[in-house]
Amino acid sequence: MVLSQKDIISIKDFSKKDIIETLKLAEKMEPIARSREKCDVLSGKILGALFYEPSTRTRLSFEAAMQRLGGGVIGFAEAGVSSATKGENINDTVRIVAEYTDALVIRHDMEGTARYVAGLVDIPVINAGDGAGQHPTQTLLDLYTMQRLLGEIDELHVALVGDLKYGRTVHSLAYALAKFDVKMSFVAPKELQMPDEILHDLSSLGINVNETDDIHDVLNYADVLYVTRIQKERFPDPQEYSKIKGAYLINAKLLENSHAIVMHPLPRVDEISHDVDNTPYGKYFEQAFYGVPVRMALLKSLINNKI
Amino acid sequence: MKAPKELKVKPIKNGTVIDHIKANKALSVLRILGLPSQETAVTIAMNVQSSQMGSKDIVKIEGREIAPKELDKIALIAPKATINIIRDYEIVDKGQVSLLDEINNILKCQNPNCITNTQEPVITRFHITRKGQVTLRCYYCERIMYEDEIESQL
Repeated sequence: MVLSQKDIISIKDFSKKDIIETLKLAEKMEPIARSREKCDVLSGKILGALFYEPSTRTRLSFEAAMQRLGGGVIGFAEAGVSSATKGENINDTVRIVAEYTDALVIRHDMEGTARYVAGLVDIPVINAGDGAGQHPTQTLLDLYTMQRLLGEIDELHVALVGDLKYGRTVHSLAYALAKFDVKMSFVAPKELQMPDEILHDLSSLGINVNETDDIHDVLNYADVLYVTRIQKERFPDPQEYSKIKGAYLINAKLLENSHAIVMHPLPRVDEISHDVDNTPYGKYFEQAFYGVPVRMALLKSLINNKI
Repeated sequence: MKAPKELKVKPIKNGTVIDHIKANKALSVLRILGLPSQETAVTIAMNVQSSQMGSKDIVKIEGREIAPKELDKIALIAPKATINIIRDYEIVDKGQVSLLDEINNILKCQNPNCITNTQEPVITRFHITRKGQVTLRCYYCERIMYEDEIESQL
């Protein structure tokens, strides 16, 4: 597979074809990710993992992905152990690490960092999250999860639930889903509905969305409930927060008559009850695993697309 | 009956005439040009009738030919403006401002958490997402900047 771009910065840079090809390759990677098959296609290659902000799933799944393909990883897991503490800027750090490695994956709390870094180095750069900005590999693994578990993305009814105003994962996911023939519902309290800017972009793409503040409106129809956390700090009044949080709590009883799978970018706090974990609805742990084959597909395409 | 006296605006000898400015934006255009100043004579017409635009503003600046970088800025708030360079009462150069597809190193991103608002050696870059009522998108953080935010920086 050859991606049309050198770097993975924003899901908006992906064509539908690029997405489909990536998901196809991810499926081929799955047996390797599960250790059923061996592969050393990236043997001798090194990934530079520059995590200026802490991360568990993203960092570890990139490391796992690289190692499953026979490659190695160098880098740091927090800015405190890098030269950033001595005042070195990103420009200098990444130019140096790029000399040691074949690709970079970067997470930083400033938005636009990955795009900036991609312009500084010749090797491929993957955005592993830039503040409230983009996190494209999360979106790709979300799409992979839907395709893998439900067969096809086209024709799905996907309900995005929770904090749609501030959550970066739901913004990217909405843009990515807009490339497919899907139905989207946005389920959120009025204060946390999808930003107008995104609604405007979706409507100019000809996408009709259904906005509601009542999760019961979508329970019987949705194929996917993509749940995000409603954060306490968004509400000045603690009572209002408790009331709203309760209205969006996903538990096994609520799902009784639904056929939807429940996804979550994790970490969850209490928005999905633990009684959902072992039901056929709860797919968020599987979803977290799918991060590995998806990242393997991307690493292979970017670092070594000749094999 | 006596005809009403009309106040004639004298043609300028040397300088620039900026015509077809969006109505009520003349003062913003002057701000971009660092005007008024003590030395420069400026004539402004605001909200005058225009066959093309309905209403428009016009600015005449005596003794100054405006620079390309200034034109790029003017295009952001008055994308249909026309520029006439005058020398010895003659129009020697005539053109329309053109809104570039990318605006570099002119505006600051309004997102305090954007990488361009750090100590990194990076210049700002914006792509035009809408012409007419100009809307820009930061190349780095993808934050949208609207006309009023753009104007407040020029």
